[in-house]
Amino acid sequence: MNNVLTTGRDKSEGPVREPRSGSVPADAGSAAAEGKRGSPGQAMLSVSCFHCGEPCPDTAIARAGHVFCCQGCSVVNEMLAEAGLDHFYALQEHPGVRVRKSSGREQWAYLDNPDVQRGLLDFSDGTLSRITLHIPAIHCIACVWLLENLMRLHSGVGRSTVHFGRREVTIDFNPARMTLSELVALLASLGYEPALTLNEMGKKKANSARRRQWIQMGVAGFAFGNIMLFSLPGYFGLDSLNEVFFQHVFGYVSLVLALPVLLYSASDYWKSARLSLKRRALTLDVPIAIGMAALYAQSAVEVLAGRGTGYLDSLVGLVFFLLCGRAFQQKTYERLAFDRDFKSFFPLSVMCRTASGEESVAICSLGVGDRVVLRHGELVPADAKLVSGAALVDYSFVTGESEAVARSVGDHLYAGGKQVGGSIEVEILKPVSQSYLTSLWDHEAFRKGPGTAETLTNRYSRRFTWMVFGVALAAALAWMISGEFSRGVKAFTSVLIVACPCALALAAPFTLGTAQRLLAGAGVFVRNALVLESMARVNAIVFDKTGTLTSPGTHRVRFISAPFPPPGVAPGRAAGSEKVLCAEPLTQREADAVYSLSRHSTHPLSIRICEILRRDASLLPVESFRETPACGIEAVIGGREVLLGSRSWLESRGVRTCGRSEAAGTTGVPGMVLADAAAEGATVHVAAGGHYRGAFVLPSILRPGMERLLMNLAVRYEITLLSGDTEKDRGSFEALLLDKSRVNFNQTPLDKLAFIGALRQSGKSVMMVGDGLNDAGALKQSDVGVAVVQKIGSFSPASDVIVEGSRMPRLDRILSFARSSSRIVRLGFGFSALYNLVGISIAAAGVLSPLTCAILMPLSSIFIVCFACTATTLAAWGAGLQTENISTDTTTCRQWAPAFEPCP
Amino acid sequence: MSVILILIIASLGIAVCFLAGFIWAAGSGQFEDTCTPSMRILTDDEPGDRPPVDPN
Repeated sequence: MNNVLTTGRDKSEGPVREPRSGSVPADAGSAAAEGKRGSPGQAMLSVSCFHCGEPCPDTAIARAGHVFCCQGCSVVNEMLAEAGLDHFYALQEHPGVRVRKSSGREQWAYLDNPDVQRGLLDFSDGTLSRITLHIPAIHCIACVWLLENLMRLHSGVGRSTVHFGRREVTIDFNPARMTLSELVALLASLGYEPALTLNEMGKKKANSARRRQWIQMGVAGFAFGNIMLFSLPGYFGLDSLNEVFFQHVFGYVSLVLALPVLLYSASDYWKSARLSLKRRALTLDVPIAIGMAALYAQSAVEVLAGRGTGYLDSLVGLVFFLLCGRAFQQKTYERLAFDRDFKSFFPLSVMCRTASGEESVAICSLGVGDRVVLRHGELVPADAKLVSGAALVDYSFVTGESEAVARSVGDHLYAGGKQVGGSIEVEILKPVSQSYLTSLWDHEAFRKGPGTAETLTNRYSRRFTWMVFGVALAAALAWMISGEFSRGVKAFTSVLIVACPCALALAAPFTLGTAQRLLAGAGVFVRNALVLESMARVNAIVFDKTGTLTSPGTHRVRFISAPFPPPGVAPGRAAGSEKVLCAEPLTQREADAVYSLSRHSTHPLSIRICEILRRDASLLPVESFRETPACGIEAVIGGREVLLGSRSWLESRGVRTCGRSEAAGTTGVPGMVLADAAAEGATVHVAAGGHYRGAFVLPSILRPGMERLLMNLAVRYEITLLSGDTEKDRGSFEALLLDKSRVNFNQTPLDKLAFIGALRQSGKSVMMVGDGLNDAGALKQSDVGVAVVQKIGSFSPASDVIVEGSRMPRLDRILSFARSSSRIVRLGFGFSALYNLVGISIAAAGVLSPLTCAILMPLSSIFIVCFACTATTLAAWGAGLQTENISTDTTTCRQWAPAFEPCP
Repeated sequence: MSVILILIIASLGIAVCFLAGFIWAAGSGQFEDTCTPSMRILTDDEPGDRPPVDPN
């Protein structure tokens, strides 16, 4: 037996573990790390982090025989090894979660506030506190094991229990030995940062509702089984038991057993039916409630009058199967629940100014009168008054218009606005309304008309109920007139019960919900299920160029410095010794300043520049930040005015730049280099303290896979390219697009709007693909607005779909998947229509017993749910959503300092 | 015949006991999580706990 299990090599070397890609010998690991500088691409592919499994960058760390992608992973590994938790790595390959940002305890300090704790803790008695935290990072068996062995990392932790399905962990801890902030910091340091969103702040009542459902089902099942036992003698015609006495006894016992089912187990149906009658809107529960009432009333009359046992078995069976069907639906729907809650977009805590300084405070504990400091990009959490600072508030969350409005001190700011620019201080005027903030993305104002499935479902369900009543009454009357009273009652209840509008109502939400979940897994976030239908109808696609088709990566970004000081060295010398002119890099301080400045802007070019500098620059305080759209950004940093923007803007601000015209003039060679560079792509010019310092050249490089994407899309869609840039790239982009397509350059945001408006007028269904922040208007104008983002979190509510940049090449697959899910919805409609037609016809004939109907009806719902989920998953698989991993363009050109094009 | 009545009462009584048991179990949260215990059982043995395997 052991011959099979152990190879010869294992025998000689002892137990050898499966080789992993991350566990290479220490020397080889460091060699790989050393060798990176030479061939980054190859090394990147060959080594993945032992802890998290992500490809190691050139700064990989080799320790204890393994290679780690970052310090965070290495530290976690060391921590686990010290605590004897090595087993973590044996359970799963690369089980860890990358610790992306280091988090200090101070970040969680607000958790020690008693008000916040009251909202978060499940239980606390001074020596033991219990908290349930939602940790989205839980993903494998090793995570479960590690989190349940947390007590081995800190003595303050007691029992911890993971709920894998809900990605939750319940932790007991001793508040005397460990504060809540310490606990959360420990989790965060392991990579399991809990999602402390507004969700967690509300009191949980879901648990009790779930338990109630279990008990309701149990009671119904109990009654169903027992009543069936009493009914069987009647069904099988067992004469000895068919005596009148037993009939009476069984009837009365059944009547009593059915009572708790009717009153308790079915209580939700009564409630819902009553509510819908009160609102004068017939919902799907009304016929069910009437059917139940009719069944019980008729049975009670029969039993009390001593005429028979009635249909109590059918009634209780109906409730039992309905509850089973509902439980199944809920279970499925829970799985579908959007992985990313809208709520997680909102910052949970804000900086609050107190007497002792600034302090981070949870939004929910903000009170009227609190002073809050909002920085660039932060939301106004509640209606507030501006106290100090220059507020430029973007209400795109509320209105969908992404025009920032200037507000002066004393003005009223509405909740949901986003501060743009420098920091402001506001005074809260109204209590924070969480539901208001959370509903913003999925707000009516952003919806673009109801989807067909929704209208179809609504229309059908309204008419359906009436139709079912009509058929049931007609059948009952017909049978009664022809003298068969009991058959009439049977037909009446059978029709009411077998008719299942649920199947109709379930097809759309389950198909689209599954599709939404699968897309979220593939890095595509859809505002709501209806957007998918609009996507299926799209027949024209408009692309924005910058940041969408072109790569936002930092690849090949360079800084070309101008001679400093500007008049510089004599022109004569310049031609000879290029070094004097070219190698005047940004000083560290200037790099810091440019980094700090670009960090404030969301323009794609600023983001790219910020990205290049990030590794080597540090943050400086930025004062009087200002962004002039389509021109540039400026601020005072360390007493010097720093400008970052287009050449003409810099010149209009009185900065002398060196350009094409001066190529042969005073500034000599760098001017020419710059002019050449400008042909490659966008240039962003830098001036510090009034002196021109040079320019960043950001070549427009297509994202990988774009040629293929455009070619595939052109087959089915009308493609247009809009760009705010000049015509310099026209040739290359026209070559890229086929005959059907158009390329428009020099487009202002208004032009883009007009273009999309005209396209829609001509009857096209338009999808606009843009970067979300700068194209918000166009995204709103189109039928489907797709925002391509680099970091989920900076999003515009005007967009319907948020796509991670790296998933852009799969846009064609996403669209074809949307089309197939739309087809699946229609197919589901077809199935349930067929079921109802056949079922109601048979039931009206009075052939079907109410019990059969009670089994058929939930079965049809379950069938539709299974069909919707399976077919959608298969469609996603067929569309290739899950298959290959498209590598992101992470190559960073770090040598931003000197000019490295050889001067001619 | 009365024996059947006694049997019915007895069987109903037992069934009610089981129902009460179920209600207690559901109420105490035993049906909340049906997924994690199946994973937990696999991680019960750590390498240190296991008796060393004889290579032969």
